[in-house]
Amino acid sequence: MSHRVLLATFEHEDDLLAATEALREKGLRIVDAFTPYAVHGLERAMGLKPSRLTWVCFVCGMTGALGMLWFEHWTASIAWPIDVGGKPWNSLPSDVPVAFEAAVLLAGFGSVFALFGVSRLFPGKRARVVNPRSSDDQFVLAIDETDAGFDVNAVERLLRDFNVADTQEQIVEGGHIL
Amino acid sequence: MSDTTGSLRPALVTGDKTIADVTRDICAPMERRPTGLWWFAFSLSGTALLIGVAAVWYQIATGIGTWGLNRTVGWGFDITNFVFWVGIGHAGTLISAVLFLFRQKWRTAVNRSAEAMTLFAVMCAGIFPLIHMGRVWLAYWMIPYPNTRGSLWVNFKSPLMWDVFAISTYLLISALFWYVGLIPDLATIRDRSQPGLKKRVASFLSLGWNGSARTWNRYETVYMLLAGLATPLVFSVHTIVSMDFATSVIPGWHTTIFPPYFVAGAIFSGLAMVLTLMIIARKVMSLEDYVTPKHIERMCLLMLSMGCIVGLAYGTEFFMAAYSGNGYEQFVFKNRALGPFSWAYWTMVSCNVFVPQLLWFRRVRTTLPLVFVIAILVNVGMWFERFVIIVTSLHRDFLPSSWAHYIPTWVEIATLVGSFGLFFTCFLIFCRIAPAIAIAEVKGAAHLRKRESRQRAPGEKAA
Repeated sequence: MSHRVLLATFEHEDDLLAATEALREKGLRIVDAFTPYAVHGLERAMGLKPSRLTWVCFVCGMTGALGMLWFEHWTASIAWPIDVGGKPWNSLPSDVPVAFEAAVLLAGFGSVFALFGVSRLFPGKRARVVNPRSSDDQFVLAIDETDAGFDVNAVERLLRDFNVADTQEQIVEGGHIL
Repeated sequence: MSDTTGSLRPALVTGDKTIADVTRDICAPMERRPTGLWWFAFSLSGTALLIGVAAVWYQIATGIGTWGLNRTVGWGFDITNFVFWVGIGHAGTLISAVLFLFRQKWRTAVNRSAEAMTLFAVMCAGIFPLIHMGRVWLAYWMIPYPNTRGSLWVNFKSPLMWDVFAISTYLLISALFWYVGLIPDLATIRDRSQPGLKKRVASFLSLGWNGSARTWNRYETVYMLLAGLATPLVFSVHTIVSMDFATSVIPGWHTTIFPPYFVAGAIFSGLAMVLTLMIIARKVMSLEDYVTPKHIERMCLLMLSMGCIVGLAYGTEFFMAAYSGNGYEQFVFKNRALGPFSWAYWTMVSCNVFVPQLLWFRRVRTTLPLVFVIAILVNVGMWFERFVIIVTSLHRDFLPSSWAHYIPTWVEIATLVGSFGLFFTCFLIFCRIAPAIAIAEVKGAAHLRKRESRQRAPGEKAA
């Protein structure tokens, strides 16, 4: 399946934000935007849902903490109990620091790898760069053209109100866009 | 819209820059040949590193009897250096994580290099406990793995074991945080460099990043999560380091004030090291518009507040010794201030408590050479703090017959020199191969000049 998209290039984040809002008001679908930095408010303008990666972090953290607590308990009181300074074998307070570190370690790596997974980022991946300057100083908006009522000229006219620097049509192959 | 907030606070980036200028200026030091000054610094730190390697090789081959330690003073330079270097790392996490959570946008100028500093400082720190084991080739015994010795597990009740987990978690999470922050900038380098090795490496490491808004949305969430995880982590690490001492029964160590006292001291020394490095780096790499005197001033204020907390802790320790009515505790503190190591104690107090008071004056905070000198003195003072805590608490213990003195040997001094060599060599290489300032973060935080705003007719829709 191939998509036809209109790539609109902007020079300022304010123009990008306002254009995104105006296009969505007109009922057009924004496929994605490509920006050199995280433009705050763009997720709202594009109607993106908040990321659910926080849950991954929580689950990984809990797994780390509980897993390590169990492991410490098992090694110190079941596998080979050793009397250390007369303390009880299963003394919970002394298990807390290492369990905490394990929680942080797992939560951190878990959420980053989950980010890589859902965003399909991996070493050696060939970046699909629509405009090399989108990692420098330009902002690119990819607008879906597949709708039958899409009128390129009308959209370009609208974009001109937002100081669009350049527009360009492109066909994108594959289900996962860009 | 954003310009109104820009006028309320001083500009984060000076020199009327556009977004493209930011990319160019920060990438410039990586794209030109190293300067003579860089080579000079690199040869100096490389030499120090080689001295350290030789010393470490010698002491591992011969044994740690080459040190000046004795039966009374069992911890000396090694643990002093360990605690010193761990502490240096903490300011990096403070700047990258804690200030991120507090939405302090000025952190963007220094967070990348401060995080790099954290990484290198923790590497330096890790070396010392490893050597201290004596039989470094058995270091893997600290990892709890099923083994043929029983299986005998590690002692999870020991703070030294907690330290193993705390320091390695800290190293790994700091490296992860640093790398995640680097990904968008690596993509920038990939897109602006000519085909060749550099482009291939940047392309490989940037994981196919293309600045998609969907990815940015998730990225920001994960960055926030990492900051949220790193903040308690940094406090836990130095708390656990302080417990190496506080859970013992040695007068001068056995005290509940240690965790907050150590954390404040760690951040204090780390800020001093960030200032030392940044005052030089901004000059050498011509990044004066990005690390402005305003940034330096704010770090000075942080350093001053941490210095005051440390000063309060020094006072509290004496008060608690007097108030406890414990003769041994009182003796240790009297001995600290007036005994054979009183020179170290007073060096510490003057460098950490008296000298930083100068930072109350704005004129001092904005005079960079003066700030540089103060930062160096704080570094010296904080090294001595650890030396004082460790050595003065040990050298005169409960039995006067076992009292001893401690003089470090050349091996210990050479190892300390070597750790500085490792730190600065890593930092100098970092300045050459990675953007020393977080490009994407500066662009997002600073109110940069708009390229065509002057061409726009008044009244035209400016969005």
